[in-house]
Amino acid sequence: MDALLAAAVSILFHGLAYAMVLYLISVGLSVTMGLMGFANLAHGVFAMAGGYVTVTLMNRHGVPFALAIVVACTTVALASAALERLLYARLYRAGELDQVLFTIGLVFMAIAAAHFTWGPLPQGFTPPDALRGQVELGGRVFPAYRLFLIAVGAALVVALWLGLEHTRLGARIRAAVDNRRMAESLGIDVGRLFTVTFALGSGLAALGGGLGAEILAINPRYAIEHLVSFLIVVAVGGLGSLRGSFFAALLLGIGDTACKYLVPELGVFFVYVAVRAVLLWRPAGLFGRAA
Amino acid sequence: MTPALETVALSKSFGALPVAQAIDFALVPGARHALIGPNGAGKTTFVNLITGKLAPSAGAIRLGGVDVTRLGEAARVKRGVARTFQINQLFRGLTTLENVVLAVSEREGRAGDLFRVAGSRPALVEEAYAMLAGLGLADDALRPVRELAYGRQRLVEIAIALGLKPRVLLLDEPAAGVPATESRVILDAIAALPADIAVLIIEHDMDLVFRFAREITVLVQGAVLTQGPPEAIRADARVREVYLGERDG
Amino acid sequence: MNAAAGGPVAAIVRQHRLRWWEALPWAAIVAAYFLFPDHRALGAQILFMTLFALSLDLILGYGGIVTLGHAAFFGVGAYAAGLLAVHGWREPITGLLVAGVAAGIVGLVSGLVILRTRGITLLMLTLAVVFMLEEIANKASSITGGADGLQGVRLDPVLGTWRFDIFGRTAYVYCAIVLFVLWLFARRLVHSPFGRSLTGIRENVQRMHAIGSPVHRRLVTVYAIAAAIAGVAGALQAQTTQFVGLNAISFERSGEVLIMLVFGGAGRLYGAFVGAPAYMLAQDSLAKTDPVYWFFWLGLLLVCVVLFARGGLLGLLDAALRRLRR
Repeated sequence: MDALLAAAVSILFHGLAYAMVLYLISVGLSVTMGLMGFANLAHGVFAMAGGYVTVTLMNRHGVPFALAIVVACTTVALASAALERLLYARLYRAGELDQVLFTIGLVFMAIAAAHFTWGPLPQGFTPPDALRGQVELGGRVFPAYRLFLIAVGAALVVALWLGLEHTRLGARIRAAVDNRRMAESLGIDVGRLFTVTFALGSGLAALGGGLGAEILAINPRYAIEHLVSFLIVVAVGGLGSLRGSFFAALLLGIGDTACKYLVPELGVFFVYVAVRAVLLWRPAGLFGRAA
Repeated sequence: MTPALETVALSKSFGALPVAQAIDFALVPGARHALIGPNGAGKTTFVNLITGKLAPSAGAIRLGGVDVTRLGEAARVKRGVARTFQINQLFRGLTTLENVVLAVSEREGRAGDLFRVAGSRPALVEEAYAMLAGLGLADDALRPVRELAYGRQRLVEIAIALGLKPRVLLLDEPAAGVPATESRVILDAIAALPADIAVLIIEHDMDLVFRFAREITVLVQGAVLTQGPPEAIRADARVREVYLGERDG
Repeated sequence: MNAAAGGPVAAIVRQHRLRWWEALPWAAIVAAYFLFPDHRALGAQILFMTLFALSLDLILGYGGIVTLGHAAFFGVGAYAAGLLAVHGWREPITGLLVAGVAAGIVGLVSGLVILRTRGITLLMLTLAVVFMLEEIANKASSITGGADGLQGVRLDPVLGTWRFDIFGRTAYVYCAIVLFVLWLFARRLVHSPFGRSLTGIRENVQRMHAIGSPVHRRLVTVYAIAAAIAGVAGALQAQTTQFVGLNAISFERSGEVLIMLVFGGAGRLYGAFVGAPAYMLAQDSLAKTDPVYWFFWLGLLLVCVVLFARGGLLGLLDAALRRLRR
C-alpha cells in the first residue's frame, strides 16, 4: 500500500515537472496557431535553441544559470521576431501543406546547424548549486531542481494568465484570436500583434527548453523528437487557449509519465489512444472553439 | 398537398443563445418563397439546419413528408435538397464544366466508381454542359472556375446546385457581392428556374424579393415575425419597423 | 446532341487517353537499365521510392490529405515482407501481396480512426501513428531486430528463374515491372469518377458535403489503397536490399517522401517520377560527402520551393510551357 502511494506521488511529481516544461514550450504554439492560423512545426526549434544557448553559456562560459536563461530567452525571442517578419509573414495566406513544408524545411536546417555546431550527442545539464540535491517534503524526498521547475512553472502559469487578462496587449491578443477581422476593424495593428505574440511565444519556448534541459535532453533532433507532444498539447487543449494548453499539458505530462512507469512496453500506445479519445469527445480540443 | 419542405418547431441554441426559436415553416412544391430579415436574424442558420450542416436542439425537418431530422448532410442531398452558399463554394482549381460534372455524377451515384473511367458515361458530361449552356456559361466550360468574373462564378454556384436535380433549392443571397452590372444575369437565371422545384431564397435586395416571391417569411432574432404574400408583407407595419434604418428600399 | 458541345464534353470524355509524353518515364527507365549497368542497385531503389511517392500523391496530391506519417505503411510492408522471408516463406511475389495487404489493413484502420479530423489535429495524428509504429518496431526487437534491423532477408528467384544478385539486375527489372503495374492501377484510379471526386474533396470539402458526397468513405478508401501501395514499395525495399531497418518506418522517411513528391509536383501523377529520382540521385552524390550538410541544403531547398516554386518541377514546367504557348 505504501509502495503504491509512493509510486503515485512519484508519478505525480515527475509528471507535473514534465507538464510544466511542456506547457511553457507549447503555450506559445497554441496562441500563435489560434491567432495566425499558422501551423508552425518548427516551434520546437525555439525551445531547442533556448536549451542550447543556456547550456553553452553555462558549460563553456561559466555564466550563472539565471543570467544564461535570460540571455537565451531574449536572443531567441528577438531572432524569432526577425524570422517572423522576414519569412513567416509571407505564408500566412498559404495553404496548410505549404506551411507544413516550409516549417519542416526550417526544422531540417536547424537540425543540421545544431549538429554542425554542437555535434550529435545530447548536451549535459548541471543545475546550479543552489538547486542541486534533494529536498525533504512531507516525509518524502524530491529532487530540488524538479521542485524548482514546478514552482517556476506554476508562477508563470499565473503570470501568463494575469498578463492575458489584465494587460492591453493581452486584451488585443484575446480579441484577435476571437475574431481577427473584427479586431482589425477596431484599429488593432494585427501585423505587429503577430510579431509580438510570435516573439513572446518563442521566448517562452526557449525558457521551457532551457529550464527543461534536465528533463528533455538538448540534442539536434530535439525539435522532431518532441513535435508530437507539443502538437498534442495544442490540439487537445484547443487552439489559442491558455487554460486548454495548461490542462492538456497536465494530462499529457502526468499521463505519459504514468504510462512510462507502469506500462513501459506499450506506454506510448495508451497515450495516443487516450489522445484520440479526447479528440473524439471534444474535436476542437478541451477549451477550443468549433470551427 | 404534402409540402416539399417542412419544419416543425425547429429550434437551435448555442449555449444560452437561441438562434432559431420554434420555427414552423412550409414550402409547397414549385414554391417561390423568400426569407427576409435583418442581419443576424438567423436566416443562414435556418438554411444550415435544413441542409443538415447544423443539428437542431429541438424540432423536426421533413422533406416531401419524410422526417430527415436525424440524417446527415449528404443523406439529405440524396433526398432532394440542394443549396448555394452566400460566399461561393466552388472547386476553384477545376474547370467550370468539371464543377458541374461532379454534382451530376454524385447525383447519379456514379462518383464512387473506382473501376471505370470518368468519361465512360458521356451522357453525364453532356447534361452538365447543357446546364452550363442554359445559364450562358458554355464558353467558360473549360476555363478554371477561379478565372471567371465573380458574377459568373455565382452562376456556377447555382449550376452545381441545379446539377443535383433537387426538389428543394435553397439560395443563400445569390446576388450577394455581385456588381450591379452582372446581377441581371443572376436575376434572369432565378426567374428561369424550373417550375417544379420549390425555391427558397434568402435575400436583402427587396427589388429581387418582391419580383420573385409569391410568399415571404420574415425572420427576426431566430423567430418568425410574420409570413404571407408580398402585398401583405409590404403593408405590414411591423416589417417596416424592423427594417427602418436597415435598408433604403 | 448538341454539336457545339463536342469540344468541352469530348475534352472530359477523352481525358483518360494516353498522351505521348506518358511514355517518357518508361523510356527513361528502360534506357537507364542499359546506359548505367553499374548502378542498377541504385536504380532499383529509385524505382521503389518512386512507387512510394506515387502512393503519397494519391492521398496528398489528389485527396488533399496532408500527412507526415506515410512511412508507417512503407515500414509495415517492409517488415511484413522481411519477416516472411526470414521465417521461411521466400517466394517474392506472394511476399509483395502479403505486405500490401498488411499495410492496406493498417491504412484502413488508422484511416477510419483519424480521417474524421482535419488540419493540425489530423497532421498530429498521422505523426502519432508513425511514431507509435516506430516505437513498436523498436521495442519488439526480438522480432524485428530493433535498432540493429532485420537481417538476412533472402528470397527465392522470381518466378523460379531470376535470382536476386548483387548487381541488381533482377532487382531493377522486378521493381520496374511492379511499378509499371501499380502505376497503371493508380492512373486508372485517378481518371475514374472516384478519382475525380477526390480532386473535389481536395478543392472544397464543404462543397462535396453539400452535393451529397460520402467524403469520409472516399478518403478512407484512398487512404487504404495508398497504404497498400506504400506497403508494396516497402516490401520491394526489404526484398531487394535484404535488410529492414527502423528508418523504413520513421518520421524522416515520411519527410523524405513528402519532399520528393512536392519537389516533383503533387497532384499530377508524374511528380513522383520526377521528384524521386532527383532526390535519390542528389542524396546519393551529396549525402555521401557529409550527411549533415545534406540535411541543411534539403531544408533550404524545401523553404525555397515553398516560397518560389509551389508546384514543384512539373509546376515550373507547366508555367514555362504556358508562357511559350502565348
